[in-house]
Amino acid sequence: MTERAEILTEASATVRVARRAVRPAWQEAPSTPAVFAKSALLTLVVLMVLLPMWSILVTSFASRQTINLTGGMVVIPRELDLSAYVTILSGGQVTRALGVSFLVTLVGTAVSLVLTVLAAYGLSRPSTIGHRPLLFYFLVTFLIYPGLVPSYLVVSGLGLKDSLWSLILPNAISVFNLVVLRSFFMGIPSELFDSARIDGANEWAVLFRIVLPLSRAVLGVVGLFYAVGYWNAYFNALLYIDDNELWPIQRVLQSYILAGQAPQLSGMSLPGFNAYPPTLAVKMAVVVVTVLPAVIIYPFVQKNFTKGMLVGAVKG
Amino acid sequence: MTETSLPAPPARASRRWLRLKRDWQFLLMVGPAALLLFVFHYVPTIGNLVAFQDYNPFLGDSALGAFLQSEWVAFDNFLELFEDAAFWEAVRSTLAITLFQLVFFFPLPIALALVLHDVASARLRGFVQSVVYLPHFFSWVLVITFFVQMLGGAGLLAQLLRQQGFEPWDIMTNPDSFIVLVTAEAVWKDVGWGSIVFLAALSTIDPTLYEAAAVDGATGYRRLLHVTLPALRPVIVLLLILRLGDALSVGFEQYLLQREAVGRQAAEVLDTYVYHQAILPQQWGIGAAAGLFKAVVGLVLIVAANKLAHALGEQGVYSKS
Repeated sequence: MTERAEILTEASATVRVARRAVRPAWQEAPSTPAVFAKSALLTLVVLMVLLPMWSILVTSFASRQTINLTGGMVVIPRELDLSAYVTILSGGQVTRALGVSFLVTLVGTAVSLVLTVLAAYGLSRPSTIGHRPLLFYFLVTFLIYPGLVPSYLVVSGLGLKDSLWSLILPNAISVFNLVVLRSFFMGIPSELFDSARIDGANEWAVLFRIVLPLSRAVLGVVGLFYAVGYWNAYFNALLYIDDNELWPIQRVLQSYILAGQAPQLSGMSLPGFNAYPPTLAVKMAVVVVTVLPAVIIYPFVQKNFTKGMLVGAVKG
Repeated sequence: MTETSLPAPPARASRRWLRLKRDWQFLLMVGPAALLLFVFHYVPTIGNLVAFQDYNPFLGDSALGAFLQSEWVAFDNFLELFEDAAFWEAVRSTLAITLFQLVFFFPLPIALALVLHDVASARLRGFVQSVVYLPHFFSWVLVITFFVQMLGGAGLLAQLLRQQGFEPWDIMTNPDSFIVLVTAEAVWKDVGWGSIVFLAALSTIDPTLYEAAAVDGATGYRRLLHVTLPALRPVIVLLLILRLGDALSVGFEQYLLQREAVGRQAAEVLDTYVYHQAILPQQWGIGAAAGLFKAVVGLVLIVAANKLAHALGEQGVYSKS
C-alpha cells in the first residue's frame, strides 16, 4: 500500500516538475483573469480570420432556398450544392481569367526564380570582380522608386500593353528576395564549393549541384512570395491590359464583385446541377477559387517563413 | 575580402584581365537581372525628367522619340501641381492616414507578438501563427471583398442586425469613418505578418536576463518594461524609420478599389491622385511631377529619420560605414 502511494506521489511530482519546466521557476503563475483575457484575445483573432473565410465557403455551396432563408451570407452549412462552381468553371470569363492567372503565375514565378537565383549567386562572393558596384546597383533600388508615370510610359513604350508580359517583366526581380537568397548562399560553408572546384566543377555546376539542393527551404519561401505576387496582380492588369479576354482573375473579381458588373458566364450546365445558381453563391464561388491556390500552397512553406524573413532582415 | 574562397589572382599588370577571366561566369549570372532592373527601374527613374517637360507622346515615332522632341518647360508642371487644391487635399489625407495608422496599427503587431510569445504550448502558438499570417497572402481585391461581405450593407453583420430589429449602417460606404475602415483592413491583412519580426527579436532575448530581473524582485510588468522592450527597441526604431520614409505612400490598390464606394473626398491619397489626375487624363508632366515630389520628400524623410536615430544612439537603417 505505502509503496504504491509512494510511487503515486513520485509520479505526480514528476508531472508537476514537467509542467513547471514549461514556465521557468522564477516566473509567477499567471492570474486567472490574465489567462482568460489572453485566451479570449487569441480566440477572437483566430475567429476574425477564419469566420469570414468559412462563411464565404459555405455560401458558395448554398442553394437559393438557404440564401433566401438567411437573407444573404450563410454560416451554418445545410447542403453541398456545386452548381455555382459548375457555372463558373465550364467556360466563360471566370474560367478564362483563371487560366490567364495560372499561366502568368507559372511563367512569372519560373522567370523570377531563375533570374533571382542566378543574380543572388553571382553576387554571393565578395571577392569577385565588380562586386561592390554591382551590389550597390541592386541595393540602391530600395531607396529610389521610379514612380507611376515614367513606369507606365516605359512599359507602354516597349509595346507591352495588352501583352501578358506586362504583368511579368516589370516586377520580375524583387531585390528583397534577391538579398534573402544571397545571404543564404553566403552562409553555406565555402569548403563545400572548394572541394567541388578541385574536382573540376565550374560555377554553374557548383550552383546547381551543391548550392540549390541545400537551399530548398528558402527557395520555397521566395518562390511562394513571387507566386503570390503574380497571382494577386491587380493594378498592373488595370494599367496595361485593356482587352478583357486577357484579364487575370483579380481584375475579374474586382469588376464582378466590387464594381458589380456581371461577367459573361457560359450558361452551360451539367446534368444534375442547377443551370441558374443563386448570384450570391456564384460570387462567393469566384472568391473561393481566387483564394484557393494561396491557401493550398501556404501550409507547405509556412514553417520556413521566419527563417527566410530573418536572413533577409539580419544581413540585408 | 577575407572571405575569398577562390584562388588568389596573380599580382601586377594583367590582374584585372585575369580576374575577369576568373569571374566572368558570375557576371554572366548577374546580367539578366541587372538588365531587367535597368529597363524597368533605372530607365523610368531617368524618365522622371518628363516632370520638366510638356510631354507629348505623339511626337516622334516611339516613346524615346517623344521624350527627346518634347518641349522643356522647367518648373511649370510643379507650379501647376502646387496650385491644385486637390493635390494638397490628397497630401493631407495621406499624412492623416499615416499618422492614424502609426498610432492604431503600428503597436498592434508588437502586442500580438508579446501575447504569442507568452503562449507556452508550441502547438497552439503554431496554429495561431499559421492562421494570422494567412491574410497577408490575399490580394487587396480579396480583402476588400471579405470586408464587403462581412460588414457591408448586404453583409453578414447587417443581416444579423436586421434580424435583431436594428437598423444597420454601412461602414463600407461611409466617408467619415473611412480612415478607421482602411486601418481595420490593413490590420486584418498584416497584423500577423508584422508580428514575425518582433517574435524573432523576442526569441533572441537571453532568458537569464529575465531570471536576474526576477531575482532582483522585478514583477512581470517591470520585466516587460526593462528587459523585453529594450530588446525590441532597435527593431521598433528601424520599422519606424522605414514607415516615416514611406509617409507619403499608404498603399495604393486599397484606396483605388474603395474610391467608388466612399467617394473621392475621403479616399484620394497621393498615389490615387497621380492615377486619376495624370494617367487617366494623360497629363504626363503633372503626374511625373507629383511622383518626383513624393520620391524626393520620401528620400529626405528617411535620411532625416536615420540621422535622428543615430543622434539618439540607435543603429537605424544604414550606418556610415
